[in-house]
Amino acid sequence: MRGLCRDCCAEVPGTVASCPTCRGRRLVRHAELFTLSVAHVDCDAFYASVEKRDRPELAARPVIVGGGRRGVVSAACYVARTRGVRSATPMFKALAACPDAVVIKPDMAKYVAVARRIRGLMEALTPLLQPLSIDEAVMDLRGTEALHRAPPAIVLARFAQDVERAVGVTISIGLAPNRLLAKLTAERDKPRGFAVLGAGEARDWLAPQPVTLLPGVGPALARRLEAAGFTRLGQLGALEAREAARRFGEDGPVLAARARGEDSRPVDPSRETKSISAETTFEADITALDALERPLWRMCERLGRRLREKELAAAGVVLKLKTAGFALRTRNARLPSPTTLPETLFAAARPLLAREADGTAFRLIGIGAQPLAPAAEADRGDLADPDAPRRAARWQAVEALRARFGEDAVVQGRGLKPPR
Amino acid sequence: MKITVERAILLKALAHVQSVVERRNTIPILANVLIAAQDGVLRLTATDMEIALVEEVAGIEVERPGRTTAPAATLYEIVRKLPEGAKVQLDHGGGDAPLALRAGRFHTSLSVLPVEDFPSMTEGKLPHRFALGAGQLRDMVDRTRFAISTEETRYYLNGIYLHVADSDGARVLRAVATDGHRLARMQVEPVPEGASGMPGVIVPRKTVNEVRKLAEETQDEIAVRLSDTKIRFDIGTVQLTSKLIDGTFPEYERVIPRGNDKVLTVDKQQFAEAVGRVAAISSERSRPVKLSIDRNHLMLSAASPEQGQAQEELDDGAVTYESSPLEIGFQARYLNDITDQITDKVEFRFADGSAPTVVQDAGKPEALYVLMPMRV
Repeated sequence: MRGLCRDCCAEVPGTVASCPTCRGRRLVRHAELFTLSVAHVDCDAFYASVEKRDRPELAARPVIVGGGRRGVVSAACYVARTRGVRSATPMFKALAACPDAVVIKPDMAKYVAVARRIRGLMEALTPLLQPLSIDEAVMDLRGTEALHRAPPAIVLARFAQDVERAVGVTISIGLAPNRLLAKLTAERDKPRGFAVLGAGEARDWLAPQPVTLLPGVGPALARRLEAAGFTRLGQLGALEAREAARRFGEDGPVLAARARGEDSRPVDPSRETKSISAETTFEADITALDALERPLWRMCERLGRRLREKELAAAGVVLKLKTAGFALRTRNARLPSPTTLPETLFAAARPLLAREADGTAFRLIGIGAQPLAPAAEADRGDLADPDAPRRAARWQAVEALRARFGEDAVVQGRGLKPPR
Repeated sequence: MKITVERAILLKALAHVQSVVERRNTIPILANVLIAAQDGVLRLTATDMEIALVEEVAGIEVERPGRTTAPAATLYEIVRKLPEGAKVQLDHGGGDAPLALRAGRFHTSLSVLPVEDFPSMTEGKLPHRFALGAGQLRDMVDRTRFAISTEETRYYLNGIYLHVADSDGARVLRAVATDGHRLARMQVEPVPEGASGMPGVIVPRKTVNEVRKLAEETQDEIAVRLSDTKIRFDIGTVQLTSKLIDGTFPEYERVIPRGNDKVLTVDKQQFAEAVGRVAAISSERSRPVKLSIDRNHLMLSAASPEQGQAQEELDDGAVTYESSPLEIGFQARYLNDITDQITDKVEFRFADGSAPTVVQDAGKPEALYVLMPMRV
């Protein structure tokens, strides 16, 4: 089986144990290696790697980026990860597990600049590039072979080296036939990885994996799947489309297809994550402002949670309303500083809602975060609002309780209906 | 109504009142000025429903008393363009007849709107009353208004918080403004007579700016009257009544650091100029200027990825600093907004490179500023 050498980026014959050109032993072999074109690129422990790059004396030390006023880990280097420190671990726990860690406050401006350089290198490879977050992107190198005079696998190996040399951080690459498999594959070989998953083996590889492996299957959906007897992707993938729809609603067929490793989403350069939102359609149309505030509050809670899950924050909000006559109204407001807190989202959206609640009957309300900001910039508090970090900590506690005891474990009063 | 008034007198009064009229207006009557003449007194009123400004001019020839409303901006423009020393005659036949304006050989007729439609804002009791010197009021405004926030979500920051507070055991009248990044606090001691029982009120930015303009023209005492919802200033011949911002100002005392013990004193002139020069390297307003401070030595620096970097050193003579070395960054404009209010020596009190910093005029302890640092 032909392969490639990740050290000199040359093609190697099927039999050798080390590269005939450079003697390197980091060889990648796969039957579909030179035909696959979709690559998921993920920077390894990104913030921590950037800090280690800038302070080489820390190379062997456990480095945690985070803390400051938020009190959670934003990124942990691989040394710290061996001690059990992960992103979003509360700082006190992280330091208990790893007392000798070097804690560095996040410097978002620096990380954004580094991410831009890496993105610049990607843009030179293909126009089909879709950034997914500050340190993750997916690209499709289909049709670039003549341009680069090399198949995508070799172009990617060179790219990984260029990033190490020019930027000073390492990346992991997943090469596969589609976006879903590329993402899952990139996770398999980290850090500094290069993993390949072919179309021929995808279904067999997925079958024994837990359903939670699929992006989009969070704790709530996982509980639903489990209750229905689906714990492994093989079981889910065996469902026919009609049956999947019957059991799990309109998203069911897509879920079953993903469980088989099928994903038809193209790499779309225009589809960077630009907004995250939450919306709900009412059972009966609602007109009164105070009655609209209750679902708005619940959507603010949901939006806050989605933002935290994606490690993003809202720098502004969009209120979305649909009238009983299906007319859409959207209204925007900019936030003074990024937030993930439901009450801050609500405080920004409520005046927008008050202006629209003019006697019109509405059938749907939604709230979105736009523009987005990195989570590290959220709820740091300022001179006019010194308590924001405490409120953020309180929300984390509420969500921890909800994750453990269910959605209704802790409910804020304004989400409830008043007694009649 | 028929009156004759000197152009200069009418122009000055119109200039005052028309400045509260919003240029873009959805309610037509708010674009008009209410003109009333009686017993030798001309009374002009304009409002935007938040602020009402009334000016009374005495010693006017009133041939026939009466009232009407006419477009404020147009009337002001016309009077402004009349020759100096002109006598202006305003003649209104009543009802919706146009207002005739004559000056020399110039004649115009302006359409009017009914007086009954003109909103009144001056009603309601204002139980608290005190007086401030014009200079005192100017000081309070100048030292705080730059920190007023323009953000809509925290509307309660869109003004100056005027209230009575305890300051080291003494009662003071305080003005405070903050936009979250900086805070400005100015106080007057002792509390003016009549103010001690007043509620804390938030005076909107537009009102602050109008009052400041009017206070420029007088050296007299300014009478202030207020309730929970309104405030009135009597400044010379002008009476300005404004609604207050209905909200709760944050508990700002908690964010003023008490224990900052690293004290830097620096010559204002040299510091302000150095900040300006160093900051010029970057067109981005939010870029920080870095202060690297060592024993009696201060280096200011700024860098921009596109344009390069700049630095300037200040030392003995201009700088006094005895504590451990420190690096800290601030937005240049925020530094300059504060130094603009300082006459001679700027005193910084730091805790460390990332904590809020206190800035004061070394010779004027009644004003205090707090600045949030930026990462550098």
